[in-house]
Amino acid sequence: MNEPESAITAQGVRKNYGGQAGGAGLNGFDLRVPAGSVCGLLGPNGAGKTTAVRILSTLLDMDAGRASVAGFDVRTQGRRVRERIGLVGQYAAVDEILTGRQNLVMFGRLNHLPVAAARRRADELLERFSLTEAAGRPAGGYSGGMRRRLDLAASLIVSPPVLFVDEPTTGLDPAARQEVWTAVRELVDAGTTVLLTTQYLEEADRLADRICMLGAGRVVAEGSPDELKSAIGGDRVDLVLSGPADVEAARPIAARLAAGEPLVEAPARRIGIPVAERTRALIQVATALNEAGIEPEDIVLRRPTLDEVFLHLTGEGAGEAHGREPGGGARASTATAPAGRVKTGASATAGSDNATEESV
Amino acid sequence: MSTQAHPLSAGSPLSRLGWALADAWTVTLRDLNHWVLRPGAVIVGWFFPVMIVLMFGGLFGGAIDAPGGSGYFEFLMPGMFALTMLFGLESTMMAVTTDAAKGVTDRFRSLPMSSSAVVLGRCVADMLNSVVGLAVMIGAGLLLGWRWHGGIGAALAAVGLLLLLRFALLWAGIFIGLAASGPETVTAVQILVWPVGFLSNVFVDPATMSPWLGAIAAWNPLSVTASAVRELFGNPGYGGESWIAQNAALMSVAWPVLITAVFLPLSVRTFRKLKS
Repeated sequence: MNEPESAITAQGVRKNYGGQAGGAGLNGFDLRVPAGSVCGLLGPNGAGKTTAVRILSTLLDMDAGRASVAGFDVRTQGRRVRERIGLVGQYAAVDEILTGRQNLVMFGRLNHLPVAAARRRADELLERFSLTEAAGRPAGGYSGGMRRRLDLAASLIVSPPVLFVDEPTTGLDPAARQEVWTAVRELVDAGTTVLLTTQYLEEADRLADRICMLGAGRVVAEGSPDELKSAIGGDRVDLVLSGPADVEAARPIAARLAAGEPLVEAPARRIGIPVAERTRALIQVATALNEAGIEPEDIVLRRPTLDEVFLHLTGEGAGEAHGREPGGGARASTATAPAGRVKTGASATAGSDNATEESV
Repeated sequence: MSTQAHPLSAGSPLSRLGWALADAWTVTLRDLNHWVLRPGAVIVGWFFPVMIVLMFGGLFGGAIDAPGGSGYFEFLMPGMFALTMLFGLESTMMAVTTDAAKGVTDRFRSLPMSSSAVVLGRCVADMLNSVVGLAVMIGAGLLLGWRWHGGIGAALAAVGLLLLLRFALLWAGIFIGLAASGPETVTAVQILVWPVGFLSNVFVDPATMSPWLGAIAAWNPLSVTASAVRELFGNPGYGGESWIAQNAALMSVAWPVLITAVFLPLSVRTFRKLKS
């Protein structure tokens, strides 16, 4: 049989829980993930990310639609699909009482490896995920990062061509998050197709080749991180000025050079200038400020963050955000993002991390 | 045990069955490893019924006139063996609910293993647990002065009846564990085990209860197994002219078969419905 060029496809998948608690439904979910790529499925809680993963990994039946994984129909060829996938996530766990090694040997046996091969494979994976020292301890006592690495190892016993990674770093501290990211990136380099769900924009930005944004059970936008950022337009030059007088002096310059309405935050001494041509605009702004004798504290050219893209596309928070206009007029200021619905990463620095910044 | 490499989903029905059994054994081994790694929980489970025996025999035994006049333990032990089988339902239910809540069940379901092996492995592990628990209880009974008076064949038949009851209750435990919406349900069932255990002939004669309560107690599957086992061990029990008292042996097989016939298909159906 021909090697399928799409490792994962879904067409018009619907799932309705009928008001039953505990699941977000899908409402015409479409997806196509080319083999060997990483697709980030991004969305807030309740968007249906986990439901999508559970359907694609055969844990859940769909009400309507079609889906295939590694060339096999998830509905009618479940066992063949399960032979070719790994599932890492909050809902597919390891045994907490067994040791790390016992877990891996057990999963090896359940993947129908002979005993000796299962043991060998367990040791290989423990080594690869730096768990050799902890191998003899019960998994329940592992740190969050070690647990997730053991999860990953358990999903990789038979080197599956397709890996589902469901919110891999939820609840992890920044160091553990780095560990997991490194592990996922290594897999991707080895050619595994990965479907990653996350509510952290930073995570999708770092790991995914393509991002599908999920809102209310369907994909609302799709593209590379850069494409999505460009899609709402909006390169911006951000100025931080040294005093109120400078803000007033810079205001007409900003108005003259802006491609839209500049956003002036006088108390913060900031001016955000939407621009059309990236570097040219930066030079124009810098030159104009220089000619006016204004020396800004900071001048930055950046793309909109994925937070802004997400909020723009889903319309979430449009009414509650002050001082921003649709179309990417917002800064990455976390104060304007509806907290709890869209998380912007672990720390306040996440916002500037995922903006593409070019300081002068 | 197979040592050959394998194409996973290919294969005849026979090799499928072979894999189902191999997978079930792997799942059983998981539980046996739990015994080794967390011996506390399983040992408490084995000795809890012994504590109940000591409580009832030591504290109430003097106040209750045991039938046959040969001492309360002679009468109490067979009923306590049956009650131990009922307690087993709790541990089955707990294990099933915990696995579902922690995501272990979903991990199993995402593997290319035989899906019946998840349930079958639980069944084998719990039966082994109950065999040990029953052995502990028989040992404790012998220490306390309980004896069986029939032949070894009758004694083994009694053990068989007890394990048959455990087997039936196991499926009830798997079903409730799978269907439970959360820990609250499990707690509720754990509490209900007690009235079910007491509404029987394990501790006292149902004839001393009000007629309708006594009838329920006499028909309780626990009571019929206790009566049949007393007979096989040659221990004293409460007779009576009622149909159920006369047909305890028959009903001690019929009840477990009926319970299994109801809860085994229900368990399988609920396991499948995890997909919807």
